[in-house]
Amino acid sequence: MRLTRTLKEYTAGTWTLFSVGVVLLMPLLLGIGIALKALPIFEHVTLTEMLTSGEWQPSSGKFGFLPFIVSSLVVTAIGLILMIPFGLLPAIYLTQYAPPRTLKVMRSVIDILAGIPSVIHGVWGVLIVVPLVSVYIAPIFGVNTTGYTILAGGIVLAIATLPFVLHMLLEVFRSIPMELKEASLSLGATYWETIKKVVLRKAFPGIIAAFALGVSKAFGETIAVLMVVGNIVQLPTSMFDAGYPLPALIANNYGEMLSIPMYDAALMFAALVLFIIVLIFNIFSRLAIQRTTQK
Amino acid sequence: MNVAPEVLHTDTKNVAAPATILDISSLWVSHHEQQILKNINLKIPKGRITAFLGPSGCGKTTLLKSINRLTDLHSGMKVTGSIKLNGNEILTAGNNLSDLRQKMGLLSQRPYPLPMNIFDNIAFGLKIQGIKNKTEIAHRVEKHLKQAAIWDEVKDRLKSPATKLSIGQQQRLCLARGLAVNPEVILADEPTSALDPISSRKIEEQFQELKNDYTIILVTHILRQAKWLADNIVFMYMGAVIEQGNPDQIFNHPQSDILKNYLSDSH
Amino acid sequence: MIEEKFFKYLMAVFTYSLIGLLFLILYEIFKKGFPALSWDMISQVPKGGFYFGKEGGILNAIVGSLYLALGASLLSILISLPVAIFISISLVKYEKWQHIIRLILDLLWGVPPIVYGAFMFSIMLSFGMKASLLAGIITIALLITPVMIRAMDEVLRNIPLGLLESSLSLGATRFETAVIFFRQALPGIATAFLLGFAKGVGDTAAVLFTVGYTDYIPRSVMEPAATLPLSIFFQLSSPIEEVKARAYAAAVVLTGIILIISVFSRYLSSRVSKNTIS
Repeated sequence: MRLTRTLKEYTAGTWTLFSVGVVLLMPLLLGIGIALKALPIFEHVTLTEMLTSGEWQPSSGKFGFLPFIVSSLVVTAIGLILMIPFGLLPAIYLTQYAPPRTLKVMRSVIDILAGIPSVIHGVWGVLIVVPLVSVYIAPIFGVNTTGYTILAGGIVLAIATLPFVLHMLLEVFRSIPMELKEASLSLGATYWETIKKVVLRKAFPGIIAAFALGVSKAFGETIAVLMVVGNIVQLPTSMFDAGYPLPALIANNYGEMLSIPMYDAALMFAALVLFIIVLIFNIFSRLAIQRTTQK
Repeated sequence: MNVAPEVLHTDTKNVAAPATILDISSLWVSHHEQQILKNINLKIPKGRITAFLGPSGCGKTTLLKSINRLTDLHSGMKVTGSIKLNGNEILTAGNNLSDLRQKMGLLSQRPYPLPMNIFDNIAFGLKIQGIKNKTEIAHRVEKHLKQAAIWDEVKDRLKSPATKLSIGQQQRLCLARGLAVNPEVILADEPTSALDPISSRKIEEQFQELKNDYTIILVTHILRQAKWLADNIVFMYMGAVIEQGNPDQIFNHPQSDILKNYLSDSH
Repeated sequence: MIEEKFFKYLMAVFTYSLIGLLFLILYEIFKKGFPALSWDMISQVPKGGFYFGKEGGILNAIVGSLYLALGASLLSILISLPVAIFISISLVKYEKWQHIIRLILDLLWGVPPIVYGAFMFSIMLSFGMKASLLAGIITIALLITPVMIRAMDEVLRNIPLGLLESSLSLGATRFETAVIFFRQALPGIATAFLLGFAKGVGDTAAVLFTVGYTDYIPRSVMEPAATLPLSIFFQLSSPIEEVKARAYAAAVVLTGIILIISVFSRYLSSRVSKNTIS
């Protein structure tokens, strides 16, 4: 083989192996890097205290993450509750009832929605959702609020994460084989019964996986939520309270990191918690997806 | 492991025995523990058309693909034995594998033109051989397209995409492309199975022409094709070679029961 | 059946409400943003400070975003493309390893941008690096690489085995075969590049700590840069109307860029490249 050919092959091969190495090492380096930076805090506070204490006073060395954890959980829960109907119903309609052209058009709509950056969702949240909460929704419950609330955070979160979840739900429903529906129909079941009893049952693991991945994305959603959620450190007692989810904690305080001792380690700990939660949900849903596709 | 004893008709027609270009010995191939080829021993004669014939699943395509080690592309493939091209061992070839592969052109069941225009499809093989001279490239492209009997149909649109051709034309293009790298052997895997009768005929006619300069190994299940094209037929069944001989011996004087059944079933 | 009719109606309503949602979002953004758009706005940098200064525009953010997204996408594709091709060609025999790498990529893809930002920031602290365009480019490149690889992988997977066999039979080396695969998958690869680019333009959380912020257009990669999302994020809550207006203008420009990229990549993926096998 001529020299130039061999040279090209060799250089390309070496660069490729290097790239593969980088990509495979990335998750390891990420995890280890963050963990190392978070390590110092364990010398000052115990893990239990960090996860269960509501006292957040970094200047006094108090690092109770509970308010942030609860905020994250509640905001994500609200987001999930909103995403379920707005995800499942369109997914079923588009794959089982609507003409193919509608599905095609809606796919474009969903993809465009998916491309909207986080910060734009935040702007829209400030312009529309926050007033919506303070002027329309809260008064129904007799509450007086600025609108910068956990509820607003949950709504914006749902809007930001929904396109992603929808995309996956559409894939799940589309992968249900025609033969299954045909078999059910030929046994005498109506179309609606088929959907309820056969299609949904077959799609169930995939649906769970899709929402699990959605939750994982929602946990990490930082900017859109941060802009509407109020950012007050407190243990939220109602959805009309302001909240302070974990990602917002990191985003808002990176500037203070160096001025207060242990603050940087604390924020890295928050990042580590996020990283682990997201990883767990991801692994769980990928495995669930695998099990459905393997059948 | 039931390996039936092989029947080899002695070739009484040719006085001078042709040279062997491919020497296959003790070839065993398994895929995920399932035995696909069992103890294959074959000498492929140079300058002749050898047909691998047999029912589907008999291993003829795997045998063909072992010859240029395309079996490397499948997980779980275990290949043991020896395949020698002009004395060079293929199965253990290292850095010179691509050079050895170049000596054996492949024609697949379906055409896979390279994502380029017609001219570049042929020129590709020339360029990787190091030919840079533009005149020579143009000359060779024309020569090989003529060898594949497609020159007249494409000479006015050499720069148009290869995918615009009909399937029959694409297959002839792939033939020309394979010839451009100056192979010694052409490996054809049921090359007409995706084509209409007219295109099939054209490919078969070209094989008759090319026989003079190349060795051709043709995998087929079309008896008519084997009968009129092949000089040498290797009949396979369940991963083993059952009978070998020229068309007259195989079709008119079959010896083994398996072959007799196969021939009567196919009518 | 009444139950079916009810649900069908309900489902249709929820489905079409999504279109309504999209239009609502776009409408609000454009409503606030268009009045703020002017030639001055997009051709000048902010004057008098980005939080208080009333003069000037968002040119710093526009240019910064483009530098960032372009730099990150190019850096990423240097790594992403070889890896994607590696999975399809070199690993074709090792299905288990293909599986493992794809799984790792999926896991990486789920990591939120803020985590990448925090990670990069702590590295920068350790090495005494200041916030800069380069740091932002590296962070975004890390962020978009898994996405890019997966997107390219999806297209490369669809290439029939026959093309690989044909290429190898011609005696092509793995590199030469890779070039063939590249040409075959070109529209998909271009779409993946655009996807990465769009993510780079729209990201806030990963660059928040790493790219800094400035009123000026960076003259070198070691200087800090402004981006459109950061411009919105920092200026939206200003008490001064003119500053707020810059935020809205940036929002419109950002949304416009994303929409254009969206439409363009849909066009690319629907158009099968003229030289490829269907």
